[in-house]
Amino acid sequence: MRFIFKTDYAQDIRLFQHSGQVFWYGLLLLLLLAAPYLVSGYVLSQLHFTCIYSIVGLGLMLLVGYTGQISLGHAAFLATGAYTEALLQSAGVPFFISLTCAALFSAAVGIIVGLPALRLKGIYLAIATFAFNVIVEEIITRWDSVTGGNSGKLLKAIELFGYRLGSQESFYYFCLALTVLCCLALINLLRSPTGRAFVAIRDSEVSASCMGINLAYYKTISFAISAALTGIGGALYAHKVGFISPEQFTLIQSIELVTIVIIGGVGSLHGAVLGAAFIIMLPQAISIAKGWLPDTIPQAGLQSVVFGLILVGFIIFEPFGLYGRWLKIRTYFDVFPFYRRGTFRRQRSYLRSERLR
Amino acid sequence: MSFFAIEDLGVRFGGVVAVDGVSFSVKQGEVYTIIGPNGAGKTTIFNLIGLIYRPTSGRILFEDREVTGAPHHVAQRGIARTFQNIELFEHATVLQNLLIGRHRHRTTNLLEELFFLPSVTRAEIAQREAVERVIDFLDLAHYRDSLVAGLPYGIRKVIELGRALATEPKLMLLDEPSSGLNPDETDDMAFWIEDIQKELGITVLMVEHDMNLVSRVSDRVLALNEGRIIAEGTPDEVQSHPAVIEAYLGGGE
Repeated sequence: MRFIFKTDYAQDIRLFQHSGQVFWYGLLLLLLLAAPYLVSGYVLSQLHFTCIYSIVGLGLMLLVGYTGQISLGHAAFLATGAYTEALLQSAGVPFFISLTCAALFSAAVGIIVGLPALRLKGIYLAIATFAFNVIVEEIITRWDSVTGGNSGKLLKAIELFGYRLGSQESFYYFCLALTVLCCLALINLLRSPTGRAFVAIRDSEVSASCMGINLAYYKTISFAISAALTGIGGALYAHKVGFISPEQFTLIQSIELVTIVIIGGVGSLHGAVLGAAFIIMLPQAISIAKGWLPDTIPQAGLQSVVFGLILVGFIIFEPFGLYGRWLKIRTYFDVFPFYRRGTFRRQRSYLRSERLR
Repeated sequence: MSFFAIEDLGVRFGGVVAVDGVSFSVKQGEVYTIIGPNGAGKTTIFNLIGLIYRPTSGRILFEDREVTGAPHHVAQRGIARTFQNIELFEHATVLQNLLIGRHRHRTTNLLEELFFLPSVTRAEIAQREAVERVIDFLDLAHYRDSLVAGLPYGIRKVIELGRALATEPKLMLLDEPSSGLNPDETDDMAFWIEDIQKELGITVLMVEHDMNLVSRVSDRVLALNEGRIIAEGTPDEVQSHPAVIEAYLGGGE
């Protein structure tokens, strides 16, 4: 068990709280950097997807887990980023600029979608963003002249400052670097006033506004940042897959993104990354398991059923997701043999005055 | 010239007149209490001051300027409030709750924060020092790093008081500070209200039912019934006023 003695306020603000964290995150980073030499090409390709989904997961986590605004339309931001990237690349715009544009344009769309969020809450916001997803899907299907409609768009490999990221390894390092940067940006944001304002809005809007927090501004900002990260993820996704078409950005995709957040653990950045890894690994696990299953079980649609069951299972048994489970395991060993089941039990919440508005 | 004044304030919800032509003024540095039976419109007045409801008539003046805009503008003018039913940020630590109270004093912008520039570190440490003064004042050091969701009611009440203090307000609105507290905790609350007035020099406008607490800390008391003022004066004057007795106990035949 570790005891941390605090002698300075800066200790609470630091990126790493203690040397143990430096060691473990350092080790993780080393492993990730060495990954191309350790794993097969197939696994490396899955790591690409994990990085890309992590970035998207982080964006969605900021919105859902920290600001408390649900979105069932994030596939639309993914599409915005992907198509912006595809169009700008075919127009010959350098990658560095086109990626920035994909992020900024997604953020702009995010602000527009965020506007109804100022008035809508909970399930109504979910329906509004859901509708937005359908609209965007329809636009990219019908607007043939720009998006190529159902025949989709092809992308070439990324060219970064004259250096072509054609190989698996170079693309992997690029994705990894972006993921780490996005993580750092969000950690910074969450330990500063803006991040606290998001949390305040999540936990009590009335009280947040009585503390001087401008609800409209911060909700919009949250939507914008979330959409920008998803847009970056979308641009990378487009390059990874090499071909984009409307059926990659349907409602099912949006729900899969929300699943990342819920399975990973609402309200933790670790959760976004864990959830992304889980979502990427699950289809492989299922296809391996298929070989052992008796033939009487229908093979088609098995994946959706398993996905659904896992999601429901997490909501019932582990509302704080994989990261919540990890915290419990860690605490168990930290305080062994004094762990009590009640440690993480949710306390009853007292009466609240949400009926004000 | 007045510090805080309400002029002819009224609000109706459909056919119900919740507050009807209420006017009063609060002097700088005093503790002013609003009392009244259930449904008299006390909390409604607080919500009108906080601009959570729109008044149908009248206006609110703070330091001779009208209070208008959205709820966050009120906070930025230096008016902080607590809630009758505790509205804390449940899934954040006590420290984070108090830091959120510092929001109106933030000096950094989004871009600086994304990169966590040295200016942000400096600002954060300054905020932390201000919050630590509040923690010291209210004796909350023991709970600094605990999640609000796991704390007992009495402590939450104090944390809410602390969060309001962290905003460094000029005027504090306390909505039933003693509701749900046991006699010991109520006693502590009375001490703190006295300290807030005398040591920190903050003006307090309070809604309260506990008459012991009211007579102990208030300089002046306003009694409301069914949205109208029925008496105003020192605690003793108001308590013995025939209209107040009638409002609480019913009319004598």
